[in-house]
Amino acid sequence: MTAVNNEPPADPVLERVKTGVEAFDDLVMGGLPRGRTTIVGGTPGSGKTVFATQFLAHGITELDEPGVFVTFEESPEEIEVNMASFGWDIRRWKNVAKLAFVDASPRDSDQIVVGDFDLAGLLARILHAARSAKAKRIVLDSITQLFDHFIADQALVRRELLRIATALKGEGLTVLITAERNSEYGEISRHRIEEFVADNVVILRNALDRERRRRTIEVLKMRGSRHVEGEIPFTLMSEQGMVAVPLSSLRLEQQSGTKRVTSGNPELDAMTSGGFFRDSVTLVSGATGTGKTLLATHFLAGGVAAGERALLVGYEESRGQLFRNARSWGVDFEAMERDGRLKVICLYPEAQSLPDHLLMIRELVEEFGPQRLAIDSLSALERIAPETGFREFLISLTSFIKKREIAGLCSATDKSLIGGHSASEQHISTLTDSIILLRYIQKVDALHRGLMVLKMRGSDHDKQIRRFTIDGSGMHLGEPLHDAPDIFGGAIGDSSAK
Amino acid sequence: MSAASLSASNGHPSLRLYIAGETPGARRALANRRRLIKALDGALQIEVIDILVRPEEAEQAGILATPTLSDDSIHPPRRLIGDISNLAEVLAYFGYDRKDSTR
Repeated sequence: MTAVNNEPPADPVLERVKTGVEAFDDLVMGGLPRGRTTIVGGTPGSGKTVFATQFLAHGITELDEPGVFVTFEESPEEIEVNMASFGWDIRRWKNVAKLAFVDASPRDSDQIVVGDFDLAGLLARILHAARSAKAKRIVLDSITQLFDHFIADQALVRRELLRIATALKGEGLTVLITAERNSEYGEISRHRIEEFVADNVVILRNALDRERRRRTIEVLKMRGSRHVEGEIPFTLMSEQGMVAVPLSSLRLEQQSGTKRVTSGNPELDAMTSGGFFRDSVTLVSGATGTGKTLLATHFLAGGVAAGERALLVGYEESRGQLFRNARSWGVDFEAMERDGRLKVICLYPEAQSLPDHLLMIRELVEEFGPQRLAIDSLSALERIAPETGFREFLISLTSFIKKREIAGLCSATDKSLIGGHSASEQHISTLTDSIILLRYIQKVDALHRGLMVLKMRGSDHDKQIRRFTIDGSGMHLGEPLHDAPDIFGGAIGDSSAK
Repeated sequence: MSAASLSASNGHPSLRLYIAGETPGARRALANRRRLIKALDGALQIEVIDILVRPEEAEQAGILATPTLSDDSIHPPRRLIGDISNLAEVLAYFGYDRKDSTR
């Protein structure tokens, strides 16, 4: 006979402390475990102090959790100045007693060590600061400097550090300790402190990847709790601090709507059984000059005509060019912008890193609130990023578009003029809901343009290849091309066509 | 004239000894403090500051380690970390001449 235990089991889920870096909190199931010690390791310039300050800032400004900043490297005044650009008003927090500093930065003094000592002085100061601020969060930045300060007594510093960490835990504080690393992929920290004080280990990196800086954050260890593995990219933004780019694989719960929106071209709407889905991403792929920008222009104008707001992010042509093109197809971008219905942003892909592009697009969407978004073209972005980075970007972008229930249209440029695939096509084809191919088609008499809806998730569509022409009112779909050569991919068309 | 400063009150040099509660190290340092004053024939003041009782003093002076014997009256301050058991070394560091007759 088994005894029935009516008592609920002890909750194995640790209470979480949000760091204020949203995508990071997602990685660690909501935040850092409360009352535990986390080591944040990173090379110089990897963003340790920013992350640490943000952790305190979020507690103070959002959750009314006061904090203590124990600084071993910079003076409190320097930190105040350096962090001001992220929008953190450290002086005010000090004045309202929400933040207390323990200044353990190197001071001008003659000092020698004779005989045995301990760091009870430091511990007493930290505890005093924590108690008088009623702190819930505490940062020690960076502990490496403490080892350097007592360079001849490393074993003693270790012992004392363990004592400090234990005492802080005893106070119920959530502790974040930064530590310096020598290299991006070497040992976790210089003095291997993670081995004796850390419940959790987080690594910040600022690595060179194909001649570009790529900042990432990775959770290496979470004692007694789950976390998502792998590095996620982040960027440092003024007035915001550290912004990590979420991996959409964490959130694949976008609802799939059935509401249709116009493609901006009635004939294409007919081909797609009524237009694109509201929360879907369409890829338009084709060689240069086949009409990708035209299709994007139709798409934007169609939205504006239906009373929506539309956003265009251009990476290949200038505003002037885009506006001129639109005018030649009978679309007045200027008037649309004047009415606040359209926003056109053009910039060089090289102007910033891929995560920054993503964050910029997200910010534009938050600000402008468009119902549709066109990006022309993804191929331009692809050339600035390594392959893994580009895939991450696409995943994040498409999931963001769907989550916001925006109709998205992205173009990709084929490298060869007739037929062929672009690399972005390979990447994005599984991530997009619809794919439209634009191709040059060589016939005996002339070169034609053809359009085909290759895929449309969740909907029936016209599977014929349609010839089209372009004039002063845009794109016009014509007759199906029955005898087109096999240029839309191996499985389509008759390879014996003459 | 020694390198140490003179306190305003009675002309004797004045130091501070920072300790953190009654640890064995603090007890040794306090005993050595008495030996030190005796060695200078009483011509030295050493104020004892218990950081556990007066943490703000330690914050102001930027004390990390205890015990620390410090001359805070000069800039930059001279500091000796440890339990000051070696009197000769302490005297030499602060630039005092021994005044008592023993040894």
